[in-house]
Parts: sequence; structure tokens; C-alpha cells
Amino acid sequence: MIKRLFCSGLAMLGMVAAAAGAAETPASLMARYAQAAGVPVSALSASRGAALYRTEHPGRNAQTVSCASCHTDNPKQAGRTRVGKRIEPLAPAANPERFTDAAKVEKWFRRNCMDVLQRECSAQEKGDFVTWLSQIK
Amino acid sequence: MNYLLRGIGVLATVGTISMLAFSLPSGEAHGDSGGDALPRLTHKNWQQECASCHIAYAPSFLPKASWRRMMGGLDKHFGENASLDPATQADILKFLEANAADAGPSKMGRRVMQGMGAKDAPLRITETRWFVRKHDEVPRATWSRKSVGSAANCAACHRQAEQGVFDEDAIRIPK
Repeated sequence: MIKRLFCSGLAMLGMVAAAAGAAETPASLMARYAQAAGVPVSALSASRGAALYRTEHPGRNAQTVSCASCHTDNPKQAGRTRVGKRIEPLAPAANPERFTDAAKVEKWFRRNCMDVLQRECSAQEKGDFVTWLSQIK
Repeated sequence: MNYLLRGIGVLATVGTISMLAFSLPSGEAHGDSGGDALPRLTHKNWQQECASCHIAYAPSFLPKASWRRMMGGLDKHFGENASLDPATQADILKFLEANAADAGPSKMGRRVMQGMGAKDAPLRITETRWFVRKHDEVPRATWSRKSVGSAANCAACHRQAEQGVFDEDAIRIPK
């Protein structure tokens, strides 16, 4: 009971932080995702994150789709949306604003995982993804 | 002499007609001049959210019914998931409805509504009669150029589209 209260307190704190757009860092997001997945941060894997980014899935018009389709093969480069608008680089090394706003990160994981994988991503996958991108120099 | 008088008569007639023509739509609340400039609108969520993937298309490009359909189907937005949290979604819809083509006295809105059926609720601005007529001289191949991408990319040719400027002089079609 006490543990449950503590957990929901933590979750509420997290929600408050997300709602306020409180400043996060890639490391604090990794910690959150690891916690949500029930694993230690050390169990997050950059190579699984890279694979998630690059794996091609069946997309529209008999073409395949991956994160790289819009974000390019190199996440330090700017990408382009389907209608041609610039997407700022995903890697924090090239764009320090990335992974600093939990609500924004969650919004784009929700949208893009649905588009690319046809499902939401798990906390573990999100953690892996941030782990990979944040260690790119 | 006769010719001179006739000339003056013609000039006067042309002058009167054009003055009339230009002064007709004058009872307008928005002073969006004679060109294709849109009224400057500011709305935080509209600008931030809608403009993350494309330019924030002006609300006056579509009627209210279109915006309701659009905002009700953001999880399948032209084949992409563009879903928002309910509060942001409602806030943007309110703004779009208040400034839609059929919402008030905007010159652009009136043009867009010409030829629009009372029950029409198109989702694509590019399929409105107004858009088609305005772009009928652009060859199909131009739209699919890599530098343009699609007809949804206004700013490819209307270089100041993000500022709401669509004047003919501001157009440069990329190679």
C-alpha cells in the first residue's frame, strides 16, 4: 500500500513536470524510461536504439519506411518532412534542444512510432533510442 | 476633335469602372489590401503545432466545416499521425473556426468560398476551386520537382508564405 502510494506520487510528479515542460536532459529521460520499463539505466542499449532508428518497415505505396526516411541516415543532419519542411537534427550533439522537453518527446514518439511501426513504442525502446542518439558525438 | 473627345470619354469610363471595381469590397473589417496578403494572425498553438511539419496554413483557406473534420482526424492526417492532446486540439480548432473562410469578412475567405457548396468540407486546400483556378498555369511536372515536393509546400514558390505573403511578385518557382 505504502509502495503503491509512493509510486503514484512519483508518477504524478512526473506528470506535473511534463505538463510544465520542465527542463529535462537526455540522461534524465533515459532514467525515466528505464524506470518505466523496470530496468536499470545500464540495461538501455545504444545498439538496439540504432537498430530501431534504421529498421525498415512496410510503409505506404509499397515503399518501406524508417525513422531515417525523414530524419536521414545521419541524425546529426537536418531532415525533411513529407511536404518538404526542414526537420532540425535529432542528435543532441547537433541540436542541444533535443530531449529537453518530456511532453514534446512523448508527443513525437507517439506519433512517429504509430507511423513507422504501426504501434506505440515501449518505454524500453524509447530509452534505447535516447541512449543511442545522446552518445553520438 | 471627335477622337480626342471619344478618347477622353473612354479613359473616363475605364477610370470610373476601375475605381468602382477597386472600391467595391471596401466595407471590409480586415484591411488586407489589394494583393494576396493575408491578415497577420498570431496564435501560439496554431503556429507551434501546425507549423512543425508544414507551414501554418491560413484558417481562411478552408471553411469551418473543413477545420472541424481536419481537427477531428489528426491521428490520420493525410496518412500521418499528427495527434495532439485534447486541450491543444480544442484550442487550435476554436482559432481556426473563428478565422475560417466562412467566418467573417476576410477577402481571402470570400474568394475561397466562391463556388463552395454549403455542405462542402474539403480537407485539401489544393482541391478547392479557388486554389485550382489560381494555379491553373502551373504545369503538373513542376509540382513533383524535388525542390517543390508537393503542392502542399507553398513556401517552395511563395517565398514569403510563412509571413502570409502570397503576392505574385514574391513568387519564384525553383528549378
